[in-house]
Amino acid sequence: MAHIFFDHNSTTALKPEVLESMLPFMVEQHGNATSRHAYGRTARAAVERAREQVADAVNAHPSQVIFTASGTEANNFAVHGITSNMCHGQILTSAVEHPCVSRPALAMQSRGWRAIDIAVNVDCKLDMHHLHNLLLTPTNLVSVMLVNNETGVIQDLAAVADLAIQHKAFVHTDAVQGLGKISVDFADLNVHAMTVSSHKIGGPLGAGALIMDKRLDIQPLLHGGGQEKGLRSGTENLAAIVGFGIACELAIKNLNAFAAHTQNLRDFCETGLLKLGAYLFANHANRIPNTSFFAFPNIDGETLVMALDRKGFAVASGSACSSDSTEPSHVLLAMGVDTDLARGAVRVSFGLSNTINQVQQFLTVLENELARLRNLTAMSA
Amino acid sequence: MSERQPIYLDYSATTPVDQRVADKMIPFITEHFGNPASRSHPFGWTAEKAVEIAREEVAKLVGADPREIVWTSGATESNNLAIKGAANFYASSKGKHILTIATEHKAVIDAVRELERVGFTATYLQPEPDGLVDLAKFKAAIQPDTVLASVMLVNNEIGVIQDIEAIGNICRENGVIFHVDAAQATGKVAINLEKLPVDLMSFSAHKTYGPKGVGALYVRRKPRIRIEAQMHGGGHERGMRSGTLATHQIVGMGEAFRIAREEMEFENARIRKLRDKLLHGLQTIEETYVNGDLDHRIPHNLNISFNYVEGESLIMAIKDIAVSSGSACTSASLEPSYVLRALGRNDELAHSSIRFSIGRFTTEADVDYTIELLKNKVSKLRELSPLWDMFKDGIDISKVQWAAH
Repeated sequence: MAHIFFDHNSTTALKPEVLESMLPFMVEQHGNATSRHAYGRTARAAVERAREQVADAVNAHPSQVIFTASGTEANNFAVHGITSNMCHGQILTSAVEHPCVSRPALAMQSRGWRAIDIAVNVDCKLDMHHLHNLLLTPTNLVSVMLVNNETGVIQDLAAVADLAIQHKAFVHTDAVQGLGKISVDFADLNVHAMTVSSHKIGGPLGAGALIMDKRLDIQPLLHGGGQEKGLRSGTENLAAIVGFGIACELAIKNLNAFAAHTQNLRDFCETGLLKLGAYLFANHANRIPNTSFFAFPNIDGETLVMALDRKGFAVASGSACSSDSTEPSHVLLAMGVDTDLARGAVRVSFGLSNTINQVQQFLTVLENELARLRNLTAMSA
Repeated sequence: MSERQPIYLDYSATTPVDQRVADKMIPFITEHFGNPASRSHPFGWTAEKAVEIAREEVAKLVGADPREIVWTSGATESNNLAIKGAANFYASSKGKHILTIATEHKAVIDAVRELERVGFTATYLQPEPDGLVDLAKFKAAIQPDTVLASVMLVNNEIGVIQDIEAIGNICRENGVIFHVDAAQATGKVAINLEKLPVDLMSFSAHKTYGPKGVGALYVRRKPRIRIEAQMHGGGHERGMRSGTLATHQIVGMGEAFRIAREEMEFENARIRKLRDKLLHGLQTIEETYVNGDLDHRIPHNLNISFNYVEGESLIMAIKDIAVSSGSACTSASLEPSYVLRALGRNDELAHSSIRFSIGRFTTEADVDYTIELLKNKVSKLRELSPLWDMFKDGIDISKVQWAAH
């Protein structure tokens, strides 16, 4: 059975143009970008070309792009690196951050730091009042994600950055779920550092970047050969970096088409979901166009996801990283959603390859599965 | 694209991906693109299964249990994770002194320096002039508060093989955690971690015909070694290393290590013949010095200094072959190799050193061409050198008192 993939926020299929750009750098053009011979120089030129492509996609200067192996690494690098040369103080992260921001912050508590969550409201929007109050205590770093991976809600990052900078804090944003879905402008956001990732935009796994203000006194996470201006040692992952560059170029080219297409699918899907009695999370907030996060009262999300999988639809019950655990989504709990309803959460996230016909099929299958599951519940009650 | 690619003799900097490895990887970039952490659909399961098969292949090459293998983005990350992770975990129980060797890779040296910055102390033991560690000196360098020792199995510049077993036994006797950087060793030296007294070992894929951007860290289970995670997040790799796994790269590393296990013996014999031919050919040139012990050495490496030749000019003159002077990671700087300096080589000899590293796709014709090229270019450069004239006239240059101008 061919599976229909509605989980584009977890990872995306590589675009054919991206694969094509990578292949020569796997086998023939295999140089180490630090070597000085012809192989090395070809590799170096390819890395620098990709750096320009990534910079162009987020309106930054190529010299502001530091390549890493993933978004997780870039987030860890930002949190640990920015605070490394400071005496202990306070780090604020939104209550709905991805664990690769919140956990590095929590890990610093053992070194005498305070890591505090900034509250969000029922629509997953940051509570600016709470942020303001927290900033009354001297704060070193504020990290707030541009787009939440589960709800798709877009934060008003420029306002967050404004407020934080007024209080002399550094600002980092995880923009992994924003790139390719909405316009992401590093200069406009006015943050000090921003994380982006390749495999969420049709690029390969294995590449990410931290875009950063060069005045930032940031310490590396990985020490060694001194690559990336000493900020990220380790032989450059040439093929992945080249693929990331091309994926950025394509993502920007397709941005409007992506928005129009996926929003159309999402709206159609949500109209159907509401008819079936779904509760839509944060659907009144400003969201990225491709994501819908919902629950059916009294239907377990994990069970529904597995049932849909058997019928050929790949969807998620929360973020992939935490889909090992059976805890309800920390994002929904932070939004004040009732625990029972939160246990029902299912996320669909569309991509350019999905069609309205697929969504139609999905709604039909969903209706049947819901009837079946409700029947089972009724029988066991 | 350039008109003709130079002959590649820089396999220690990086290796091309073996076509068989690339063929295995490509389906995992295109069809099976799932996130291995996705538990709710077959896209994720297929990826996870492939990751576990690769883990077994990596474990098999080095005689480990698959559960002892933690994926990383490369040997630099493995070295950083092992050194900082173990030092931080055991600092309170064992102490804050680190023992390592002056000729380690930068990823080890700089990770130890970073620990010094946060309150650890360190000893960078000088090796003997042949590049090998003297066991008595190593033992003597251990302090009551030594928490961790880090010694590479194969040196990246001179290819010498350290006696890891003996060094490991000394560490065991003294309760010191022992880390080994084996990035340059896989597929070249047999490794059996079931027998070796090693607690942590770093691996890289792209030095063994796998892709760049993936590596692994061996973390011993019996007796169990603990490390503090350096990368936090989704709790991947049993919490030791978070971050989405790049499935295709891991698959590539598994396949590369499988090929290494199956072909190592045959390949090493072939490469040894080529290296010996290269060595004998180059030794017909006067005033050449092999750097590092020749017996305890991988067959792939030849590091040789051409006296009375300026290193940079030599590199420029032999553009038809791709070699390196010093390791790739430091070759952006013109400083002479810190590894050769640690062996006691003077600056001139260190500057005129070339590392030839031979690999899977090197042919006898490549070696013949290289020998002729070097004979020709070295002799041309020496014709231009006043120092060579003086040497030929029997003047001992080290005794010359140069006048200041």
